[in-house]
Amino acid sequence: MTTAPEAAAPADGLLLPVPDEDGAPFWEYAARGELRVQACTDCGRLRFPPRPCCPHCRSFDSEWRRMSGRGRIWSYVRPHPPLLPAYAAQAPYNVILVELADAPHIRLAGNLVTSADAPLDSVDPARLRIGARVHVVFTELGGMSVPRWLLEKS
Amino acid sequence: MAATLKDATAIVGIGQTAFARHLPQSEKELACRAILAALADAGIDPGEVDAFSSYTMEETDEVEVAKAIGAGDVTFFSKIGYGGGGSCATVGHLAAAVATGQATVGVAWRSRKRGSGPRPWKNTAVQLPTPGQWTRPFGLLRPADEIGMLARRYMHEYGATRDHLFNVAMACRNRANENPTAMMYERPLTREMYMTSRMISDPLCLFDNCLETDGALACVIVSAERARDCRHKPVYVHSAAQGLPSQHHGMVNYWNDDPLSGPAWTAARHLWKQADFGPQDVDVAQIYDAFTPLIPLSLEGYGFCGRGEGAAFTEGGALELGGRLPINTGGGGLSEAYVHGFNLINEGVKQLRGVSTAQVPDATTCLVTAGEGVPTSAILLRS
Repeated sequence: MTTAPEAAAPADGLLLPVPDEDGAPFWEYAARGELRVQACTDCGRLRFPPRPCCPHCRSFDSEWRRMSGRGRIWSYVRPHPPLLPAYAAQAPYNVILVELADAPHIRLAGNLVTSADAPLDSVDPARLRIGARVHVVFTELGGMSVPRWLLEKS
Repeated sequence: MAATLKDATAIVGIGQTAFARHLPQSEKELACRAILAALADAGIDPGEVDAFSSYTMEETDEVEVAKAIGAGDVTFFSKIGYGGGGSCATVGHLAAAVATGQATVGVAWRSRKRGSGPRPWKNTAVQLPTPGQWTRPFGLLRPADEIGMLARRYMHEYGATRDHLFNVAMACRNRANENPTAMMYERPLTREMYMTSRMISDPLCLFDNCLETDGALACVIVSAERARDCRHKPVYVHSAAQGLPSQHHGMVNYWNDDPLSGPAWTAARHLWKQADFGPQDVDVAQIYDAFTPLIPLSLEGYGFCGRGEGAAFTEGGALELGGRLPINTGGGGLSEAYVHGFNLINEGVKQLRGVSTAQVPDATTCLVTAGEGVPTSAILLRS
């Protein structure tokens, strides 16, 4: 069995993203604290997940466009065990899908937390609500920077 | 005139092993036993088999099966991807091969030790790259989490409730309680049990998830002409379709305009286009049920009701025997066995032979579907 390229495992044992060639720029921008999405250089349409060719105009030229980092919760789940050990330790936690304000058809998976470095179960489940406004922050995880989401102050 | 699959081939043999959380035999042995049982059921000598079809996730390959059962020279073999989305396509591929003269006796099968074997989502090395990099690190680890996300949105948009999902679980359990070979044969379910069971991925509870099963099943496909000489009444493959919708992303179908309209819609359009009858003429359906919310989605996709009406469709006992559309009459993946949906194919054959343990009176048409939420497939059977 082939082993995926492994980054240094973070102390809490959460899985790290294993970027592929198309996805690598997303994570490189994340390391700078920027949320960027691939866009076609020719027709300008955003696409996610990143891929080599624009499905609309078939251009192979692309750029990475910066997003405002704001969005709304489109859906969420609260996983309970059986889970991988590091996740079981924080379960039940939330996983949310965030519909980006700049591109509603792109829904990024992530976690709603009380602060960038807070645990995955830090938000009171009663505050989870479809439609809630959120914005992105980034946390360091095993040498990588990954998005987390905070509720907008209402 | 273009070639057509319509009624050109038939399923003439079905076979299965026991279903259990743990069986002592290897997957290979279980595969061979199910296949030989199906051939014996058909009255066809294994030396006549010249075509095979299975899933890409099937671990026993054609070479192993063919040499173990003593197949003849094999001239067609195929494997279909996307887990349970491939189930009905195994029959579809063999029907196409037999109808076009590439082979004469086809065997489709699935053997799996998912009950005693490892859970696929625990293999993080395989699961992490594309598209896992966008979901797994955030704790969206298992199929239940990925489908749970779509289920919550479905409930939000259409007013579906846990009671609707319970209707699905209950219908499958009631049929399993009538089927002595089902894993849940003597295990009744109540609403109280369902509503108080532990969550797996909220909003989905334990009983919204399929079983974990060791077991194998197989079926035999031959031409309609040959079928008339076989041991049982032929069950004709009336229509077959696969479905991979435009801009679909598999179980994490989160990045298009309409995530709640999945592969079922694509497969259904082709399935009905080729058929002499429509959804209103289906006597009984075997609908892929790895998770309860796949049923309302599939009811919509295959045209039994309108968009967003799938949950309401389950009300008033509609899915039970005697209801509008009895489903999963052997108990399905939720309560008979979870073998990537192959038991749904064999149960469809039993219904049209008139020998199901939960027989729909005079059933002559059956829809069988593969997994919604992944690139899928479906077949229409008629007697």
